[in-house]
Amino acid sequence: MEQITTAAIHHDKNVGGGRKEIFRVTIILSVLTIIELALGFSMYYITNVLTIHFIKGVIIILMLAKAFYIVGYFMHLKHELKNMIMTIVVPLLLFVWFILAFLTDGSSFNNLKNRYDGYYKEHMSQPMQKKEETKEEPEKKGTAD
Amino acid sequence: MATTTATTATKYWSGGKSPFNVEYGKLMMWYFLMSDAFTFGAFLISYGTTRFATNGWPNPNHVFNSFPGIQGNLPLLFVSLMTFILILSSVTMVLAVHEGHNMNKSGVAKYLILTILGGLAFLGCQALEWTHLHHEGAWWGRNPFPNADGSTSTTNFANFFFTITGFHGFHVFSGVIINIIMLIMTLKDKFEQRGHYLMIEKAGLYWHFVDLVWVFVFTCFYLI
Repeated sequence: MEQITTAAIHHDKNVGGGRKEIFRVTIILSVLTIIELALGFSMYYITNVLTIHFIKGVIIILMLAKAFYIVGYFMHLKHELKNMIMTIVVPLLLFVWFILAFLTDGSSFNNLKNRYDGYYKEHMSQPMQKKEETKEEPEKKGTAD
Repeated sequence: MATTTATTATKYWSGGKSPFNVEYGKLMMWYFLMSDAFTFGAFLISYGTTRFATNGWPNPNHVFNSFPGIQGNLPLLFVSLMTFILILSSVTMVLAVHEGHNMNKSGVAKYLILTILGGLAFLGCQALEWTHLHHEGAWWGRNPFPNADGSTSTTNFANFFFTITGFHGFHVFSGVIINIIMLIMTLKDKFEQRGHYLMIEKAGLYWHFVDLVWVFVFTCFYLI
């Protein structure tokens, strides 16, 4: 009984585009990663806060695109039945609420600390002494301690 | 029985067939991965919340700026290598699943070996990176890196980095173990006897999930 149902599912499975599709998705993922890295590296030189926020937004959109290609094509979800897609994707929509609620809460907590906790604001704005600025050069190799 | 399914719209919920049209074990793997996504999501959201509740944060370009064996300031280069290793090992895993559909035992074994090597290479890179950061003075509860504007940073930067990349590295490690078991089963003709390579697909789902999580971890810690 078990064998029969497994075989039936195996045979009428929609396999998708095969090797060609795998190759295409690999190229897309690589290009998206290179763009992400280039944007991340560009923030090394940019100091304007608004520009940095904009670049970070673009990086997050590219991250979601990569997630779509991995889940949709590598994990094959795009070729499954709509019922199957919905049972996985709909619960994950909770993340939209989690992210909005928690990040807002975090930033509100920071505002309260900055307003009412004088020590916090003072302490955090002190310049931090770099401990091992000179020690860094000879110890560069990542060998065991 | 067969006449009802031949009509215009297939009735998936009226019984007699699987509404999801996937094998039981594969569906359960999907649900497990969904719960694992919530675990990682909880970690990453707590990181985001803490970051939003803190004045300033270290710039990853200044923290992750070395490459083993090469001197000089090389921001993000090593993590680029790690990312591409993981993406390519995900591609070889898809190819292993693809060969499994074609019932090609040697193809499955070949691509599984490549996937395992990719996973081990990633783990090696992560070990190097952790050792390097430990040398720089970073560990749980210790953070030598100042904020981007030079002001005092909190140890949360190091805490979240090591906890979340460590948890992800543990997933990579389990994925490598699972793939090694799949390789042994393939070589012992287990799947040939069963008549299908569905087990490779389930291992593949797990492995792709590990790659998927890295997309998020990598973006959250190294890029933004």
